[in-house]
Amino acid sequence: MNVLDFARAFFSDSAHWHGYDGIPTRFAEHVGFSLEALLIAAAIGLPVGLVTGHYGRGGNALALIATAGRALPSFGLLVLMFIWIGFGLLPVMIPLVVLAVPPILVTTYEAIRSVDPSPVDAARGMGMPEARVLFQVEVPVALPLILSGLRTAAIQIVSTATIAAYVSLGGLGRYIIDGLYQKNYEKVVGGATLTAGLALATLVLFWAASRLTVSPGVRRSG
Amino acid sequence: MVALAAATALLAGCSSKGDNSGNPLTDDSKASGDTVVVGSNNFPESTLLADIYGEALKAKGIKVAYKPNIGSRETTYGLIKNGSLSVLPEYNGALLAYLDKNAKPKTADATTTAIEAKLDSKLTLLKPAAAQSKDSVTVNAATAKKYHLTEKSSIGDLKDLAKDLVIGASPEFQARQQGLVGLKSVYGLEFKSFRALDAGGPLTQEALKKDAVQAADLFTTDATISKEKFVVLQDPKNLFGFENVQPLVYKGALSKKGAAALDAVSAKLDTATLLQLDTEVQAQHKDPLDVARAWLKSAGLD
Amino acid sequence: MNGFFDLPSDLQHSYLGLVGLHLREALIPVLAGLIVSLPVAQLCVRFRWIYPPVLGITTVLYAVPSLAFFVVLIDYFGQSETTVMIPLALYSLVVLVPAIVDGVRSVPQETLAAAEAMGLGAVRRYFQVQLPIAVPAIIAGLRVATVSSISLVSVGMLIGNQGALGNMLYDAQTYHRPALAVNSVLTIAVLGILADAVLVLVRVLLTPWMPRKGATR
Repeated sequence: MNVLDFARAFFSDSAHWHGYDGIPTRFAEHVGFSLEALLIAAAIGLPVGLVTGHYGRGGNALALIATAGRALPSFGLLVLMFIWIGFGLLPVMIPLVVLAVPPILVTTYEAIRSVDPSPVDAARGMGMPEARVLFQVEVPVALPLILSGLRTAAIQIVSTATIAAYVSLGGLGRYIIDGLYQKNYEKVVGGATLTAGLALATLVLFWAASRLTVSPGVRRSG
Repeated sequence: MVALAAATALLAGCSSKGDNSGNPLTDDSKASGDTVVVGSNNFPESTLLADIYGEALKAKGIKVAYKPNIGSRETTYGLIKNGSLSVLPEYNGALLAYLDKNAKPKTADATTTAIEAKLDSKLTLLKPAAAQSKDSVTVNAATAKKYHLTEKSSIGDLKDLAKDLVIGASPEFQARQQGLVGLKSVYGLEFKSFRALDAGGPLTQEALKKDAVQAADLFTTDATISKEKFVVLQDPKNLFGFENVQPLVYKGALSKKGAAALDAVSAKLDTATLLQLDTEVQAQHKDPLDVARAWLKSAGLD
Repeated sequence: MNGFFDLPSDLQHSYLGLVGLHLREALIPVLAGLIVSLPVAQLCVRFRWIYPPVLGITTVLYAVPSLAFFVVLIDYFGQSETTVMIPLALYSLVVLVPAIVDGVRSVPQETLAAAEAMGLGAVRRYFQVQLPIAVPAIIAGLRVATVSSISLVSVGMLIGNQGALGNMLYDAQTYHRPALAVNSVLTIAVLGILADAVLVLVRVLLTPWMPRKGATR
């Protein structure tokens, strides 16, 4: 069987385009969870990464936390949180945030650490307070790497958010799980295509963001 | 790149097969030799029934392997058709609705006959048990109170209410005749929305209890119905039909002795017994295999 | 009555049996990914124009959620371990190819020139110079691939109970035994951390010339 045929059948069925189980609703739900998880993860990972990177302390502790975070199985955590908490968004947010914090945290830390020390020293020599050293010297230089950490996290979230459907939430995973139980491959392929498309769109969005925000002097190739 | 994916597949495949032969822990996917492979769907009652069948066969000296919790009928029917499974606990009405959307048998025997007519030629049914476990449309206590629904109310009484109610059930319910499709065509119900949960399992029980859904598909043998004062609605148009527990068998995979053992099980299995055994597994947290063995022993089938 | 390591009968394995099964389902794909990615990466290094399209395709593959991959493969390989292992092997490939390419490319030109001057042929130069210098990068890739593979196996539970330790999650829900889910999550996490530690150790042993500093990535 041809995957493209399934995809075509899925997208050409008008029933898939409206209502609570329609593509627009499911897509919006998926983007909703993903954004929320990314924002929470960034709110945790960015400040901790910036501060530890700036002072150059806690690298080993961070590496440990990151390894532990990566090793925790998202799917297992989802089921466990569901058993403990019950219905709602929280059991889904916890595994997604746990998944996304390590790449943001570690990359931010390393990005700040790897900034060339001479301009940083020069800034200090000019009498800049630490906060300005961090935000006006280190962050602009480290921005491409910091964004790459956020990008990795975002893509993992988009792809992993599909498992939310297992605990009865919406999102694009709904099509994949429903298709599995209904033995309806159109839905599975449709859901997978939409999710992969969203992940790639995320990639493009981050590429655009880095073009816009990274100062031309810092821009690196590749 | 396709070649690359293929190479990876091949590698993973080869290495796994190589390992399988040396590892007694992993069951082969095909029913081989004299071993009878008993499968079950992804809900606890199915696993319990599979354990009962398997242990009854073992008691007659037949080699048994289990493949529990596989998935929905949409999947398991395919697996038994290609011989990956030899025995599967089934429910006659649900199986018929899966095979023939328009069938409306009047008796349990007529159901069996109708199934046999549509069944794949490699499959056959053994005798049905008296035990029935139906799908249902069940509402929670709050909904029943709000709309004055009682045990005497029918699914049809929801006609004007359905647009305000969320119904929850397993994902496959959405596409089944014994599901949203039939509720619309037989009773004319269109619910506000459908929430995909699980096959009468913990998700569904929890969702109905917490009013995340107002109506749900629970099995009529579910102990939470009486515990939570849920109300099972009458089904006068027999959408959910007869649901006798009945073994579905891949022809040739089961000896006459084996078939006789399962017929003996079905002869003793009635609805009260099934409800009792379900309660032991789901409410008292006993292991289904222990429950199955204990019952076989008490019924003199071990 | 139910001990932490006593599993329901329908899991069909002892606790240690599931651990073994889990490691097999997780590690074979990484190994397969490594074996395939070495030549692919070498091609990408030799013929630079191959690399961007290879990266593009692997990025797209990585964007497909594992769950969808599993379900689509059921049609070809049934509800089997192979169905779980193929996507995991592909994900490993996606992580490993760029890691190896970057590692091999990071070998300085002067080093290669020195090797050539010593009379090393292309094959010996690859195995004796380029590959060893790329070891830290390869191991870094292997660590990511291994840990995520160990974690992702559990999703196999959804396709006919092929999730090894992940299968305990279903039973935890069905039989209202949360301890089983705790056990599953912790065991998988510990396996991941141990595998990671083993790889760090392997790197230290394989690269005696490197300064012994704490794990970075």
